[in-house]
Amino acid sequence: MTTVLNVNGQQHQVEADPRTPLLYVLRNDLKLNAAKFGCGLGQCGACTVLVDHNPVFSCLTPISALEGRYVRTVEDLGTADKPGPVQRAFIEEQAAQCGYCIAGMMMRAQGLLEKNAAPSDAEIRAAMAPNLCRCGTQMRILRAVHRAARLMTVELDQPVTEART
Amino acid sequence: MLGRILLGLAVAILVAFGGFYAWQWRGELPPATASAHAFDPGIVAKGAQLAALGNCATCHTRPGGKPYAGGLPVETPFGTLYGSNITPDRDTGIGAWSEAAFRRALREGVARDGTHLYPAFPYDHFTHVSDGDISALYAFLMTRDPVAQANRPAALTFPLNWRIFAAGWQLLFLRHGGWRNDPTQSAAWNRGGYLVEGLGHCGACHTPRNAFGAERRDQRFAGGAADTWRAPALNASSPAPVPWTADQLTAYLKDGYADQHGFAAGPMQPVTLNLRKVADADVRAIAVYIASIDGAPDAAARQRQTEAALTFAVQRAATIGGRVAATSGVAAAEAASPGAALFAGACASCHRAGGGLPLSRPIALALSTPVNAREPVNLLRIVVDGIHPPPGQRGPIMPGFSGALTDPQIVALATYVRSHYSRKPAWPNVAAALADVRRRPSPAMETP
Repeated sequence: MTTVLNVNGQQHQVEADPRTPLLYVLRNDLKLNAAKFGCGLGQCGACTVLVDHNPVFSCLTPISALEGRYVRTVEDLGTADKPGPVQRAFIEEQAAQCGYCIAGMMMRAQGLLEKNAAPSDAEIRAAMAPNLCRCGTQMRILRAVHRAARLMTVELDQPVTEART
Repeated sequence: MLGRILLGLAVAILVAFGGFYAWQWRGELPPATASAHAFDPGIVAKGAQLAALGNCATCHTRPGGKPYAGGLPVETPFGTLYGSNITPDRDTGIGAWSEAAFRRALREGVARDGTHLYPAFPYDHFTHVSDGDISALYAFLMTRDPVAQANRPAALTFPLNWRIFAAGWQLLFLRHGGWRNDPTQSAAWNRGGYLVEGLGHCGACHTPRNAFGAERRDQRFAGGAADTWRAPALNASSPAPVPWTADQLTAYLKDGYADQHGFAAGPMQPVTLNLRKVADADVRAIAVYIASIDGAPDAAARQRQTEAALTFAVQRAATIGGRVAATSGVAAAEAASPGAALFAGACASCHRAGGGLPLSRPIALALSTPVNAREPVNLLRIVVDGIHPPPGQRGPIMPGFSGALTDPQIVALATYVRSHYSRKPAWPNVAAALADVRRRPSPAMETP
């Protein structure tokens, strides 16, 4: 069965069982490998992507739920050469240890900052709570989200990223 | 003639009101001079268990706030009230309250200064609490850290914001007198009844209320409301497919999980977390009493119902990938519904036969009370918000699907789950119920 998915601003015709989790389609069919498989049970957040600006666990979101909706992954936030503000902030704060959780962390941070341009410490902690980091870089992630908020405000009018929001 | 009748009527009303005013008038009690050192540690420890059993901290602590310093908004059909500061701070808490003032508040719903308290504070249950237990509770609260945090005034609709209406409510609905033991019942049942009807105030949520917000005595434990959730019936109309037993209730109340029913969620979660601090014998007593409420003593009938429910649950369990054997036309149509595909992709990785998490046990949905309830509210609430333990505590986890699924998808999913996992009729109003769930987010609750 064909499902039409809008990922990072591009339409994709996907031939897959409508029950297939989005994560498998992103990684296996669309070769977008930023989102990671962690637990497959919606418990860890490594697979977090944005759907219509809301962070969701892509391992638990069947593609049949996504027709006519807008999916975004880390690939949309910037490139290695031109990292977007959230990516830059995570690099500048060296927020990654092993890095496995970071793609999910960045998407959840992006979703938060689009709703709340200057979140407090408590608001960041509450918003980021569903995503786990086993290396223990939470304090750096917290700083990175604060830094990303500042970068986004500063860069708001400058076309430094190609984010299509 | 008419003039005389009207005059007589006016005098009668005036006299009646005067009588009522005199009846409801309570004086201010003198401030106390109790010091924290005056309490026996054993009594304080007993009070700690009673406070946990009474779930006091839940309403008297705001999310992220200091324990017992008040502030949790309690929404009622009459407006919003805020849990009060019951720490021993002399200015903003109850530091100036004597034990007599504390006892009067619990039994009569009157504050130390003589104002009447609104019945969101369940003094209609605390009339049952013994003097000894009130002393222990008082000792416990007076030895907490005092917190200076001013109480938020209640925001009730006019004219209910006049405290005299609380006095009128008490005249109509408050029954005095303590719990009376039933000599035909066991000691555990009587202890359970004392705790359930008294400090535990289970009926405050599990009994429906009348137009004045008072519990309906003719419908005890027939199911009520708990903030934005429905509190299921505990009597014969309980929606649980497997009849509750004292053993299952003990496990549920103590661990927050019973294998034939599922997890405690929503406002019941802090209740069970608090009951971990309570002596096993008391939790068991509560379970014995609650299990007796459904009034079905026929062991054979209960056994038959239990076996039928468990067999149905096994038949309906999804396999890997959410595929369910289509044994009939109805089943085939159901399996082809959009809700079935959503279930397979979003739910079945945990909610399938033999499915599970490393540290948790998803409930067989056919045994779930929300799936079998009269209304879809609790199921929708769980699908939208998920289930999360309080910060820093262990407990069941289910992710919320608020962002992942659109409203029509959640309606399709709930409709499929009801049709596949329950033998009860379809819910007629899922979309409207979901709109209500979306409109009223569930308040976060704290457990110290």
